[in-house]
Amino acid sequence: MTILIMAEHDNGSLKEITLNAVTAATQIGGDIDILVAGENCASAAESAATISGIKRVRVADHACYNGQLAENVAALIQSIASEYTHIIAPSTSNGKNILPRVAAALDVAPFSDIISIESADTFKRTIYAGNAIATVKSDDAIKVMTIRGTAFSLADKNGSASIEILTTVEELGLSAFVNESVVESERPELTSADTVISGGRGMQSGDNFEMLEKVADKLGAAVGASRAAVDAGYVPNDMQVGQTGKIVAPDLYIAVGISGAIQHLAGMKDSKVIVAINKDADAPIFQVADYGLVADLFDAVPELDQAL
Amino acid sequence: MKILVMVKRVSDPNVIIRVNADNSAVDLNNVKMAINPFCEIAVEEAVRLKEAGVASEVIALSIGESQSQEQLRTALAIGADRAILIESDAALEPLAVAKLTAKVVAEEEIGLVLLGKQSIDTDNGQTGQMLASIMGVAQGTYTSKLEVSDEKVNLTREVDSGLQSISLNLPAVITCDLRLNEPRFASLPNIMKAKRKPLETKAAADYGIDLAPRIKTLKVEEPDTRQAGVLLNSVSELVETLNIKPEAV
Repeated sequence: MTILIMAEHDNGSLKEITLNAVTAATQIGGDIDILVAGENCASAAESAATISGIKRVRVADHACYNGQLAENVAALIQSIASEYTHIIAPSTSNGKNILPRVAAALDVAPFSDIISIESADTFKRTIYAGNAIATVKSDDAIKVMTIRGTAFSLADKNGSASIEILTTVEELGLSAFVNESVVESERPELTSADTVISGGRGMQSGDNFEMLEKVADKLGAAVGASRAAVDAGYVPNDMQVGQTGKIVAPDLYIAVGISGAIQHLAGMKDSKVIVAINKDADAPIFQVADYGLVADLFDAVPELDQAL
Repeated sequence: MKILVMVKRVSDPNVIIRVNADNSAVDLNNVKMAINPFCEIAVEEAVRLKEAGVASEVIALSIGESQSQEQLRTALAIGADRAILIESDAALEPLAVAKLTAKVVAEEEIGLVLLGKQSIDTDNGQTGQMLASIMGVAQGTYTSKLEVSDEKVNLTREVDSGLQSISLNLPAVITCDLRLNEPRFASLPNIMKAKRKPLETKAAADYGIDLAPRIKTLKVEEPDTRQAGVLLNSVSELVETLNIKPEAV
């Protein structure tokens, strides 16, 4: 088996979820290479080379890979795909954007959001918002898949892989990167935070999320939101936890003013401890919560803030 | 420019799905079906592009069982001009759907394809990217803002870290995210009008494409369920029980 992992990075640094993907690859077994495609991405590549169990880091550093444009990066992966039996990316907006494009170019059926490696060709994934788990098997020569970060532990960083420079420039000219507005936050990333506090439609406005932010800052937590809160325009979509947003599994998940729609539960029900604060005692969120508090969030959250 | 918009028939997003008795699939008997919510956003966007004079015609395409006609009628009621149903009794994988769609794109000389970012049943989120790959054109996934000018599409994408703006050459494939628009409610006159709009039915097998599934589903299980926990009486009890403390500075 030879496995290629597409690294998740922002050129300057390697994202932790890459380490989850490495653990998944290790469970398949065989030689593991990491691809770092970007512009001025040398430091991300150096960081990737320290991951344990990696044979080689392959770096494609060129302006055409800035912004991880799917057309160019997919063509790059396609150009080296025949060297591999598995092509893996973390289930991030980049991984989910690029890998299906690679798979179609190779005429194989990709797997999305794998949660378990059963063998080199058999995997588990969730369907229907996590209400069912399917065991799926592929006979395609190359397995292309994204893996769910929260389902795999982090690989160690005690390695010293070799770094190879790829000079391939796949500048297709179909698309152009314009800019990126990154949300600057001192808080941890939603998908890797130990504690997450999320607000739902019960928050009533975006301004009221400040209450959650105050508590989050005291707990070192990330702030999330339900789809209903995003839908209502309270907060941006990058805060969305759920089937169609981000999947999180922190040690502690505090759901505030969230009713517990199926699509939200899909994104957080693997959290170790779930706390729900909601004034509706019949809200479905209480059926999955380890601890529930039936209270008006506008009383309970400031009180929690005070108590900390 | 002609726009093709894809529509998938899925289980209603508010219905909890159960696994069947022999663990071979989910049980969709008597389950309420609906248009996939992200497809509905795609239809709305296509219709808005026509209303803005960007599109000359909006064609809705569904690939699946014959009952998908219902969801195509929904798309026509929102404002699509006509519909095509490629019938297949067997569930098709995104790769096969993308290949069939690429045929329609070529036949109809489509300039822009709009799809939902994922369907809420199989949760793959692959079809748009695979279609763009097969067509050899640019893709704009997770789109929350879209503007067509001259031969380009300028769009804003919802990415993990925030928002990304990119520009694509036409033709292109766009997948739609939640905040792109809020789909209108079809009015009764428009629902009536939709019944008379053309809906052409074709057979998937007639396209000469290998539609055989590449992925075997060996088993479908229900996940471990969480048990409801305890109700606490106060915030102080919560803080005490969980022993939550401010992070050491």
